[in-house]
Amino acid sequence: MTAPATPATRGGHGSLAWLAIPALGIFIAFGVVPLVGVLVLSFTSWNGIGDITFSGLTSWTAVLSDPGLPHALWVTFLVMALSWLVQTPASILLGVFLAGKQRYRAVLSVVYFIPLLLSSAAIAIAYKALLDPNFGLGAGLGIDLLVQDWLGVPELAFGVVIFVVSWQFIPFHSLIYQAGVRQIPRSMYEAAEIDGAGRVRRFFSITLPQLKYTIITSSTLMVAGSLTFFDLIFVLTAGGPGDTTRVLALDMWKRGFQANLMGPASAIAVILVLVGLALALFLRRLGGRDASHSQQEGA
Amino acid sequence: MEPRTPNRRTFLSLALGVPVGAALAACGTSGPSPAGGGAASAGGGSANATYWYLSTQPQEGIRTASVERFNKANPTAGITPTTFQNDAYKTKIKTALGAGQAPTIIWGWGGGGLRTYVQSNQVDDLTPWLNENPAVKDRLFPSSFGAATIDGKIYALPCEAVQPVVLFYNKKCFEQIGAEPPTSWGDIMALVPKFNEAGIAPFSLGGQSRWTNMMWLEFLFDRVGGPEVFDAVFNAEKDAWSNPAAIDALTKVQDLVKADGFIKGFSSITADSNADQALLYTGKAAMMVHGVWTYGSMALDGGDFVSGGHLGYMNFPPVEGGKGDPSNTVGNPGQYLSIYSKATPEQKEIAKKFFATAVLSDEEVKMWTDTGSVPIVNGADKLLASSKDAEWLQFVYGIASNAKTFAQSWDQALSPTAAEVLLDNISQLFQLSITPEQYAANMNAVIGK
Repeated sequence: MTAPATPATRGGHGSLAWLAIPALGIFIAFGVVPLVGVLVLSFTSWNGIGDITFSGLTSWTAVLSDPGLPHALWVTFLVMALSWLVQTPASILLGVFLAGKQRYRAVLSVVYFIPLLLSSAAIAIAYKALLDPNFGLGAGLGIDLLVQDWLGVPELAFGVVIFVVSWQFIPFHSLIYQAGVRQIPRSMYEAAEIDGAGRVRRFFSITLPQLKYTIITSSTLMVAGSLTFFDLIFVLTAGGPGDTTRVLALDMWKRGFQANLMGPASAIAVILVLVGLALALFLRRLGGRDASHSQQEGA
Repeated sequence: MEPRTPNRRTFLSLALGVPVGAALAACGTSGPSPAGGGAASAGGGSANATYWYLSTQPQEGIRTASVERFNKANPTAGITPTTFQNDAYKTKIKTALGAGQAPTIIWGWGGGGLRTYVQSNQVDDLTPWLNENPAVKDRLFPSSFGAATIDGKIYALPCEAVQPVVLFYNKKCFEQIGAEPPTSWGDIMALVPKFNEAGIAPFSLGGQSRWTNMMWLEFLFDRVGGPEVFDAVFNAEKDAWSNPAAIDALTKVQDLVKADGFIKGFSSITADSNADQALLYTGKAAMMVHGVWTYGSMALDGGDFVSGGHLGYMNFPPVEGGKGDPSNTVGNPGQYLSIYSKATPEQKEIAKKFFATAVLSDEEVKMWTDTGSVPIVNGADKLLASSKDAEWLQFVYGIASNAKTFAQSWDQALSPTAAEVLLDNISQLFQLSITPEQYAANMNAVIGK
């Protein structure tokens, strides 16, 4: 991401454009075509079985006037914001640590990456079993503090979702930060050390600014990922209790495949795409005009 | 409410199958597992009819055995079966119908789901065929045809077993506090503080599954106001949910929630994991309102709970001053087989032959009773006496055959659109985040949809 384009690739720019064709083909077939399909479906009414009939803006008015939509948007935003707030500092610190040369680092990094290897459904089932107030960890070990109605009280359930999401994805983002930190030239730290900068000062004055684009990359992945977050919440809480954790993607699924309302479900899908695009563009803007350009030389 | 006897293994595979199900929904392709091994190829060639059904045991084994028997008897034109997990099937069958790729024989729950198939002309009207073959129709419970009948025509053949919802209780818990099982709603409310004082939850409930909560409302609506109250909703009468009897029933259920009538954490317990049954047979909860299909798994997982005679069962008790007949019950009057309208004439002939000769054959009937289920065949009670679960089976048969009204589960009776709003509002009602009046207003808005 932060590597500067070498003169060689710049020179061969025109002749190598065909290399993008396979990726472009796949993107069009599995990205653009379904997107157009969803857009068309959002102006129809369809129960998923019978005939598709055009119904103009009925689906859109139904979705936009439903109090469930602002709620689902708010829940999605909260999941996004809170999981970003938890994940980013933890991932940066872990990434910096893992990029170092301490003893046992390799062993610890393997341990940290374990959650990354598990499927979301497996993680959700495991946590659901551990947090069960009657048969879970707390009841089993006799620790009263752990015997809470973790997934049944709205505030607790929300906290559990954020925790489990973070637990699952911190390893992935640590990996990105680890790579980012390793890209920072040693010479900068050596110079800073000679100037008498301490550990903390070096972290804030060299590591963090140098990680700017890594942070933007990782944040884009987190934000876009939490927009479409579905499987873990679906298994863990199914959107409950009540509708406390019903994120937009879950709302879309419930409307489309449980309530047989493909039109409104498609409208929500379009909203999801638009929100995702807007956020991605916004994050790209944060990185300055030419985010693909390295800041290394100027640092 | 789904007819199923899930156990730990199916729970795991169900839960692990969730992303697969989502993927199926997304692209409409799949790797379905042909059931029955070699039986699938018995017919050979394209003359075969296809049949999709659920893979939950022990029911899957019974369904597969019937198909195998049929294929053995009809070596040239057989049936190719394919099995699916419950939730994956619900999505898959809709996608397949929408794409024109459905199986010849469609397994289902009847009611509102069947109605959406009928409205889209996806399933055949079986009325003429049943009129020509009265023997097929007359041997089945008459009450089972209600959920198969749309606008006076029969679109599905009832099959398999009858599944009313009953009140289960743990006799040991009642001995512990020296109380008798409830005979009225007043008894229930009086038992709640007694059990709570003894550190036993009065009722187990898998509230995250939502249809589990719905069974409570089904009974309370019936016992307070009679079957007419929900019939008005079903017949799309305006403001039917605002009926005073409905508000009374909704208030009663919230009173029970407020009195800690349900186990702590009920809203995060799923019925799929059988945790609600485990609470009953481990004595952490004293009572449970649930479908009769849980009997088999409680017998399997509960140690000596069932075999030792610690499981008690009864019909839901009456409510003081209520209008409903105490013999009324709710649940699944049967399961249903429809014929896909776009299947070839040859495939349809095979399906009808299967309906006439293999569905609920004597061998299949015996397999149902052996697993603790009451098949929907008239006179099945004579077969029950010789079963090891004779007392239980006769109780279920009695409930099903004596019920003045056997109401179909609401979420199956209503259209999928209305059912989703219903389940959503029920979970909020149990969460106490909406009042009975708000519930009625929300539900009135989707009447007839």
